[in-house]
Amino acid sequence: MNAARKLACVVVLAVCAASLAAPWLAPSGYAKQFREDPGSPPSRSHWLGTDEIGRDRFARVLYGTRISLLLAPAAALISTLLAAMVGGLAGYLGGIWLRVATGLTDLFLSLPWLFLLITVRAVLPLNVSPVLSVLITFLILGLLGWAASARVLCTSAQSLRTSDFIVQARASGLHGSRLFFVHVLPNLKPVLYAQFWISIPVFILSEANLGILGLGVAEPLPSWGSLLRELEGLVSFRGEPWRLVSLLLLIVVMTSFQTLLSKEEVAA
Amino acid sequence: MMRRRVFLRILVSFALLAGMASAQNGNELRFCLRAEPKTFDPLKVDDDASLTIRYLTGGVLVRVNRQTQALEPELAHSWKLSKDGRQITFKLRIGIQFSDGSPFSAADVAYTMTRLMDPELHSSTGDAFRSGTGTVETRILAPDKITIIFPAPIIGLDRLFDQVAIMSSTASKKAKERAVLGPFFVAEHKSGDHLLLRRNPNYWKKDRSGRQLPYLDAIRLDIQPNRDVEVLRFRRGELDLINAIDTEYYDRLAASSPDVVHDAGASLDTEFMWFNQVANAPIPSYKRDWFRSTSFRRAISSAINRDDLSRVIYHGHAQPAVGPVSPANKFWFNNRLKVESYKPAIALEHLQNDGFRLRDGVLHDKDGHAVEFSIVTNAGNKSRERMAVMIQDDLGRIGIKINVVTLDFPSLIERIAQKFNYEAAILGFQNVDLDPNGQMNIWLSSAEDHAWNPQQKSPETAWEAEIDRLMRAQASAADPKKRKKSFDRVQEIVAEQAPFLYLINKNALSAVSTSVEGAAPVILSPQTYWNADRLTVHSTAQASR
Repeated sequence: MNAARKLACVVVLAVCAASLAAPWLAPSGYAKQFREDPGSPPSRSHWLGTDEIGRDRFARVLYGTRISLLLAPAAALISTLLAAMVGGLAGYLGGIWLRVATGLTDLFLSLPWLFLLITVRAVLPLNVSPVLSVLITFLILGLLGWAASARVLCTSAQSLRTSDFIVQARASGLHGSRLFFVHVLPNLKPVLYAQFWISIPVFILSEANLGILGLGVAEPLPSWGSLLRELEGLVSFRGEPWRLVSLLLLIVVMTSFQTLLSKEEVAA
Repeated sequence: MMRRRVFLRILVSFALLAGMASAQNGNELRFCLRAEPKTFDPLKVDDDASLTIRYLTGGVLVRVNRQTQALEPELAHSWKLSKDGRQITFKLRIGIQFSDGSPFSAADVAYTMTRLMDPELHSSTGDAFRSGTGTVETRILAPDKITIIFPAPIIGLDRLFDQVAIMSSTASKKAKERAVLGPFFVAEHKSGDHLLLRRNPNYWKKDRSGRQLPYLDAIRLDIQPNRDVEVLRFRRGELDLINAIDTEYYDRLAASSPDVVHDAGASLDTEFMWFNQVANAPIPSYKRDWFRSTSFRRAISSAINRDDLSRVIYHGHAQPAVGPVSPANKFWFNNRLKVESYKPAIALEHLQNDGFRLRDGVLHDKDGHAVEFSIVTNAGNKSRERMAVMIQDDLGRIGIKINVVTLDFPSLIERIAQKFNYEAAILGFQNVDLDPNGQMNIWLSSAEDHAWNPQQKSPETAWEAEIDRLMRAQASAADPKKRKKSFDRVQEIVAEQAPFLYLINKNALSAVSTSVEGAAPVILSPQTYWNADRLTVHSTAQASR
């Protein structure tokens, strides 16, 4: 592991640790409204100041990070598993399965994502708690975000299907699911890992996009998306650099994720 | 020597060209439209950008003075309403010309009214004049006198003519939209970029000293949907005014240049919350029982801290709302009404009297259901989202759990107006009409916009029946005092029954550069350029652009 990857690993771990320690680092909580102190600059009691309705920004950044960093990998896991099922199997089976899977992934890739997410979000029941809303948001992202990974896995599985060791395994009488699970899937692991790691920042950014539109995680729960909404109106935070912390954190974590991926994984 | 002369000539030529460019720029006011105007036809106006163009270019018979809220003569120097409210006779000014030089007469008014009332035109301005079945008749009594007869009485008829820009009956079809009687005409339109309005050389108004109006040579309207860019350009001096500005921008601008921002006080705009009371709405019946209970609604109302909403979200640039009419509406506001004060303890007491019980910090109804409901509002409107979150916190203090849900606007409208699949909602009302007749579509129980329980076949409650009766009574009475008495009572019933929980009235905030002379921002739209024909821009500001 080179120095950059080590540093990236340390950054991601430090950010995760800080977000998990949020109740101790920011005991005021993310929802408490200090109404006598809205939009205040950093102070001893509020290290990053307060937001427009007086909530402690430091606490919100920590809790928001916790939500985004814990749930984005969960969504990435769902999408990668779906991609493995659809893409991996279709690539391995070929024929009509391949055509159906290709059509399905093409359809999913051509869908207007943002509108689809907005529509799905709009038909959900209204009376869900903020915690449930955040779970639903990331579940939707996971269930809808498998297509790009599936295409990559499909191509990899296709190339495996015609590889010498698979031909040899077939010649030895190995067929069906045993061949898939014993020989194909283990050889798809590097691609699966790469797709998993690549999906995490994608889902973080997707949630951020929804949050910026006010359609992500329900209030008062924070997420990076809702925190980034504070940056609307570039003109309005001139001279208030502490407002940029959430953006800075997002950039640092995204860069760290990219650095953590090896060249081979990125190529895969 | 020769070279030096050539160099000097070039230098002089550049100076002359620069001077010419500056002269061409002239006394020009610049501000932004947030979207492309959909039409230049003044009778088909239905969007804000087109409304701006109509205001600046259209000549009207009478005009509501945006400062005094009184109706003043314009192209008509006098008018008379018949006692039955069906007829209006205008005496017109003589010797006035359209911007294309054609003379103005009663024939133009007749042409405009006939076209306005043509059902094929689908004019929303014309809709306000549709009082009953039958056609509108125009009688030209003289070149400077016309009577317009409507099939049924129209209350506040004369004020409606503030919206009717008179069109030329003689101009060719293509030139009709360009032949105007207002202070400016559209000289240039580059789609998606800008519009240039030049001064109408035939404009009829003069100032007290006899000087021809407007003072400005031109108005440049840049099409700019992004408010950040608009504010940045204003700060750079590229724009002269921002007609309506958000609280955050207002405070930032006030911090750096306090002399450019204007807070004209409470506007007509109201933000409010309401509960779904539709009988067959797809919500649990016990929740519908809560929402249909007046004491529940009033308890919720008194558990909301409106002072905090105004102070925290609007930084004090809003007033706690009293009722459906803003105090800014000088005539129609009921002075006897008071703002609902924040009394969570009393709210809880009222709820307990109704059988609600607080157990472990959670309020339960008499059947044991935990009191929890959702509030929907439109995504992207930061102020409303923040209001919802603050109300969530306020109601949490009396054990009520609120789920704040932000939806894209079409989904929100579908839920609240078609499927009635919601529990409570927060929205705002942009009131442009001072007269309560403009609110008939909200207050009549049969109306589509009767938000809490629309399109009732017959009023479901006695107080709604009473509101129906009073609204009809004020609409059919010609005497303003009688009308006021009826509408005052409507406001009182609304305060007693709380079908809407009025939250705040936003202040009318604007920004006007110090280079603009004559600006006096007001609460009525258009706040800053309502007196555009009397505005001027300093030449120093022009030169620095």
